This record gives sequence, structure tokens and C-alpha cells, in this order.
Amino acid sequence: MFPEIIDTRPLRRVVDDTLEWVVRYWGDGFEAAAYPLLVLLNSIERFLLSLPWWLIILVLAGGAFAATRRWVLPLVVIVSLIMLGLMELWEDAVKTMALMISATLTTMVFGLPLGVAMSRSLLLRRVLTPVLDLMQTLPSFVYLIPVVMIFGPGKVPALVATIVYAAPPLIRLTDLGIRLVEPDVLEAAQAFGVTPRQKLFGVQIPLALPTILAGVNQATMMALAMVVIASMIGAGGLGYQVLQGIGRLEVSRGLFAGLGIVVLAIIFDRITQSFGKRLQERIGLAGERI
Amino acid sequence: MSLEKILDLRGVTKIFGDLPQEALSMLKAGASKTEVQKETGQVVGLNNVSLSVKRGEVFVVMGLSGSGKSTLIRHVNRLIDPTSGEVFVNGRDVLKMSLDELRTYRRTEVAMVFQNFGLLPHRDVIDNVAYGLEVRGTEKRERLETAQRWIETVGLAGYEKSRPHELSGGQQQRVGLARALAMDTGILLMDEAFSALDPLIRSGMQEQLLGLQKELHKTIFFITHDFNEAIRIGDRIAVLNDGELVQTGTPEEIILDPADEYVVDFVRDVNRARVIRVGAIMDKNQLAPCQAEVVENSSCEDVLPLFAHHEWVGVLDENGTRIGGISAKRVIAALARHQALMD
Repeated sequence: MFPEIIDTRPLRRVVDDTLEWVVRYWGDGFEAAAYPLLVLLNSIERFLLSLPWWLIILVLAGGAFAATRRWVLPLVVIVSLIMLGLMELWEDAVKTMALMISATLTTMVFGLPLGVAMSRSLLLRRVLTPVLDLMQTLPSFVYLIPVVMIFGPGKVPALVATIVYAAPPLIRLTDLGIRLVEPDVLEAAQAFGVTPRQKLFGVQIPLALPTILAGVNQATMMALAMVVIASMIGAGGLGYQVLQGIGRLEVSRGLFAGLGIVVLAIIFDRITQSFGKRLQERIGLAGERI
Repeated sequence: MSLEKILDLRGVTKIFGDLPQEALSMLKAGASKTEVQKETGQVVGLNNVSLSVKRGEVFVVMGLSGSGKSTLIRHVNRLIDPTSGEVFVNGRDVLKMSLDELRTYRRTEVAMVFQNFGLLPHRDVIDNVAYGLEVRGTEKRERLETAQRWIETVGLAGYEKSRPHELSGGQQQRVGLARALAMDTGILLMDEAFSALDPLIRSGMQEQLLGLQKELHKTIFFITHDFNEAIRIGDRIAVLNDGELVQTGTPEEIILDPADEYVVDFVRDVNRARVIRVGAIMDKNQLAPCQAEVVENSSCEDVLPLFAHHEWVGVLDENGTRIGGISAKRVIAALARHQALMD
């Protein structure tokens, strides 16, 4: 046994008390700050639910065709989404989609500027890298509890937890993409007298876009991976069905809802990936002729 | 063409490393580059380089890789700051410019062509050519018109909507050249601009550059590692070795009188008959009437056949005035490798 050299109970108590204090005095403030998130999520959900089912299928199939220029992916999209509807999972799937979309959007709003800032400052990178490592490796249940304590159960903590989980890859890949922009091109831009803003928006971001899109793709996937856990604290959607299936030992319910999540993952993954690939080809980064 | 100094580098020294000042004082005390590197771990990129370029001339800096030539050219538009020394362009100290002044200077006075082209891969050809003008803030219609004109001048008409990666190396460098020329700056910096190209395409580009220069009269600061390229396009050549200037002069001066072994090595493989012009080796006192006459810009190669029937050939200047004469003996002496003949 490891000897008990110091008594750590006071330390634990400090942590617990601090959280309690934060919840008691700042809880309302946090809730107010997160209110726009709730509005965003609710309006996306309401909007998607107001659309007829065939329109959503059509739009996603159209997106798949625009991204791949082939008929395979759109067909897969149509068939699998109709299957989802037949399994009476349509509403849950739309709710999950809304959670994923709002998490990805919020992640982009915070993640892109952070990634850009990180690529420009060595200090910020040194500070942020361990934080991102922590966000990715810390078991989500560990921060789920304080998040629920602060925001109360419901959609907001689910969204916050999803964002915490989905943001690191986007931030990292944005940073990486900008730092990997060819120094030759940057030097040429410099020689023509660009301002820092012209350099960022005219050269760095456009050339980093394929990598940034890979980050967006990763963020969507991470967000979908979180839906089951998020449903434990009140997110609803397909994750909730999985949870119910486990709780009631209804294997079929859990399995079908689980497959539904896979279907959504495949659709959004393939669409965003194909867009990234096409962009890369357009820029000529893939298979460059010298 | 006035001959004022448009570009003036004075004692430019560049030391790479974290303790440049220590290395600098060692250099000033007379230590060699190797000694400095051994003592302080600092790498000397350029050591006390001074040169000046006149308006309208093609000035070539020649040196092997690692001689510091690419570092040198980047001092002109201050992509690199020197450790010590001064850089004057059009009479203004580039190093004293504020960031804002520096940007304006780069947008209006110097344009650069790069060895690896440095084109923007996400823009098509015409937008690449218009890039410098866009950065400068030129209105869209005007910059596209200008870009179109230069695309046609460099022979890329029809490729306006292509992306750089769809073009061959030579075509890409034409885009780079058009982009620099569209800026309409007095000074053109060319960093090994043709070095990445195949020999045939390279000589085509050299010809095109010389052709354009006849109309444009820009001041061109050209970097190369190819001595034949240097003598072909340069009005004057500076030879750089290991960060130090070894010799500066016209192609003939360098070929006829190489300063040291390093330069001799380059000169050895040159076709001297093609490079040495009769004006440089003629006898200025030989003004007696001759049956055959050539202009002073003719090469030895041009005049050689005339010696089959004539002992002396008269030399004329551009206006047709007789300024000297040349004999087969003088040509042979100039072509012989180990002897320098300069009156």
C-alpha cells in the first residue's frame, strides 16, 4: 500500500466546496451566458422538425451528390434515411442532427479563431496544447457532473459537453493547416507587401482550408460520438433511445437507434470529406505536377 | 538612360544565429567565416557586401549554392534584415522604413520573381497575375485588364482560367514573371528565376526577358548559379563566394581577367569567342581604312571569318564612326585561356 504521507481530504473538500460555491453564486450567470446556445439549438431543432421528411432527405442527398458527383452516396443517403423513418426514429434522428449541427457551429465559432491565434503565437500554443490534450483524454463523465451541476440537467449541459469534446480536433487542425502553408507562397505574398490581414484571409486560410475542413469533419464525428452520453443529461434524440434500450433490456430499440447514429455519422462524414477532397484537388495539393 | 545608382548596398553583413553581435565584432576584427562559426556557432551568410546597381541595367549576382546570393537579394526588399550595413533604394534607406512605409515600398517600387514560382495555388492564372495589384488596392476591372495584357505579353493567352498546377514549370514561371511585371515597378528582383526550368525552356525565358528589357528598361537584379546565364543576360556581374564579393565587372572583364581561382573555375567552361566583344579588345589606335568593318558589339565569333581575307578589320561604334581596329592576333590572344589582354 502507498503510505499516507499527507491528508488529502482537505484538498478534496476545497474542490467540492469551490464547485458548490460556483454553482450557488455563479450558476445563474453561467446559465444566462449559455442561453444563446439554448436558443440556437432550439431554433435549429424547431426548424428541422418543421420541414417535411422528404425535403430533408432530398437536401442531404443533394449535398451528397454535390460533394461526390456520383450516384452511390446519394442513394445510400436516401435508402438509409427512409429506413430510419420506417423504424419510427425520424424525430429522434432530427433532434440528434440538430444537436450535432449546433455543436459543430458553436465549435467553429470558437475553434477557428482559436486555431488561427494558436498558429501565430508560440506562447498560446504552449498553453493551449495541454488544455486540448486534457479535453480530449479526460473521461467525459468527469466533467459531465460539474457541467450538470452548473447548468442543471437539460439540453445546455449536453451541448456544452459535446462542444468540449468536439472542439480540440478542429482547433488543432486549423492551427496545423495554417502552419503548413508553403513558406514559398507566404514569402511571395510578403514580397508584394501584403498586410497581415491580406496574408491571413488571402493566402493562409484559403490554403489551409482542406485541413480546416478535415477539422470540421472531425468535429461533427466527435459530436455524434457524444450523443449517447449527452442524452444521459437530457439531450434527447437517438442517444436517448439507445439509453432506454439499455435500461429496459430492449436490444432491438438500442440496436436500431445505434444504427441510426451510424447512418447519420456516415452521411455527414462522407459529405464533408468529399467536399474537402474536391477542394484539395481544385487547389492542386493532391497530385501536384512539378 | 541615366546611370545613377538606383540600388546601393553598403557593407551588408548577415549573421544567422542567436548571438549575431558577438560574431559581428569577430568579423570586424578580421576573423574568417570558419573561425567565427567555430568560436561562436553563428553562421555568416554575407560578409561586408557592397555593390551598386545603375538604373536600367541588368545586374547579375552569381555564386554557387550556399554563397549567400538568395540571402543577398532578400535584403533589397527587406524580406531579410541585415545584421549590419545599409540598403539604399532610390536614395532611401530601406532599413529605416516603418512597417507601413515598407509595405508601400514593396507594393510600388520592387517586384520579385521566385525560383519556386510562389504562385497562389487556389487562384487561376489571371488572378495570380493580378495579385500584386489587388494587394496594392487597384480596382478590379483595371487590374484584370492589366493582368490580361501581361498574360498576352508573356505568351500565356488562353490560359487565363487555368490553375497553376495545370501548367508546366516554364508556364508557371511566365505567370510569376507576368505577376511581377504587372506591378510596373522600376526594379525587378529575380531569384534564380529560371534555375528550376529545363535548359531549352530556360534559354527561351532568357531570350524573352532580354526582349522585354529592350522595351521596358527596368533595373533587374538577377540571381543565378549558372555562369553562362549570367554572361548571357548580365550587363554587369558580381561573383559571390562564401558570403563575400569576389569580383564585380562586365562579362568581358570577368572572363578576360578573373580575380581568383574561384572565378577562373567558372570562366573555364565559357565559350569565350561568343562572349568577348571586339570593342573590349580592339586596338584604339588602329584607325587606318579597312575593307571590312564590324560594330563594336560583335563577338569574336562574328569577326573570325573576316580574317580569312583581311589582316585588319575596322571597328565602328553604334553610329558607324570608326573607333578602332582588330587583328586576328588580338582575337587569338583574347581567346587563349591563360592570358589577359586589356589595353
